[in-house]
Amino acid sequence: MQVTVNGAGTDVPDDATVSGLVDRLVAAHRSGHGRVAVARNGDVVPRSAWETTRLSAGDVLEVLAPTAGG
Amino acid sequence: MSEDPRPPHHSQARGGPLHGGLDGFELAGQTFESRLVLGTGGITSMDTLERTVRASGTQLVTVALRRVEASAEAAMMQVLDRCGVRLLPNTAGCRTAREAVLTARLGREAFGTDWVKLEVIGDEHTLLPDAVELLDAAEQLVDDGFRVFAYTTDDPVLGRRLADAGCAAVMPLGSPIGSGLGIRNPHAIALLREAVPVPVVLDAGIGTASDAALAMELGCDAVLLASAVTRARDPERMARAMRHAVEAGRLARSAGRIPRRWHAEASTQFEGLPEL
Repeated sequence: MQVTVNGAGTDVPDDATVSGLVDRLVAAHRSGHGRVAVARNGDVVPRSAWETTRLSAGDVLEVLAPTAGG
Repeated sequence: MSEDPRPPHHSQARGGPLHGGLDGFELAGQTFESRLVLGTGGITSMDTLERTVRASGTQLVTVALRRVEASAEAAMMQVLDRCGVRLLPNTAGCRTAREAVLTARLGREAFGTDWVKLEVIGDEHTLLPDAVELLDAAEQLVDDGFRVFAYTTDDPVLGRRLADAGCAAVMPLGSPIGSGLGIRNPHAIALLREAVPVPVVLDAGIGTASDAALAMELGCDAVLLASAVTRARDPERMARAMRHAVEAGRLARSAGRIPRRWHAEASTQFEGLPEL
């Protein structure tokens, strides 16, 4: 199924979870898990709910990590 | 001397003890010795970041969240953890209360703190705050348990409204973000200081050390700056300059400056002046 991740259309398995998505992104960008935050359709998905939160077709996800800022 | 919230190793980085007469202050219930808050935006390397943070003596550093592919998570967090500073996540780039509230909640999730530098921008050229969205977001975040540090204009009335809404600190701009134009309306900053019963942190527009000293002389409790240091030719040296400027300004404020006079007042007495 198709979801939007950080602004880009992305194919994910039908049983995909937030946790799996974060794993894939973090590995791709050699980031750490430690301080990642996820928004799904405009709401925060708490870390404790990553494993149990299944993605749905058309979901809009933002997966964010720390950077420098003023 | 106030209690030092940093781990012991950090005190060595400060280059010796504070001079007499410098007092700590409280932000959201935590005591700080350093009145300089450092923004990391614009930093060019992690090595520079570490040397700059240490040279500034800061105990509070702002950070942001961006999409994973554009972030610098691992390296930057290692440096900041090593420096023992507290983190203040911002909502930079947000244009509406809705965006800012969601970004603050994501920051709380990512950094594990309910402190937030609330920034809601209303104009892309000046990056000036949108007062209406800002106050709305501040009220929502205070209700949600956040300690809100509100980046605002130098309007004393808006400052008071933000304090009334429960903000932990009000942070007026001296001039637009990154402009280096200094404090364009010192009178407004002084009025805001009088009008607001919570800490006032001069945030944005600082260009050089004298701007930071002026902010403190006007009665601000602290100064937040980023570009002035991170984009200086020598960030580490400018960080040290800012540290001294903030300390000097605070000392001058508490020492009580002389009144301004239209004409001279001789410092050497006239009594006993010989007739030559």
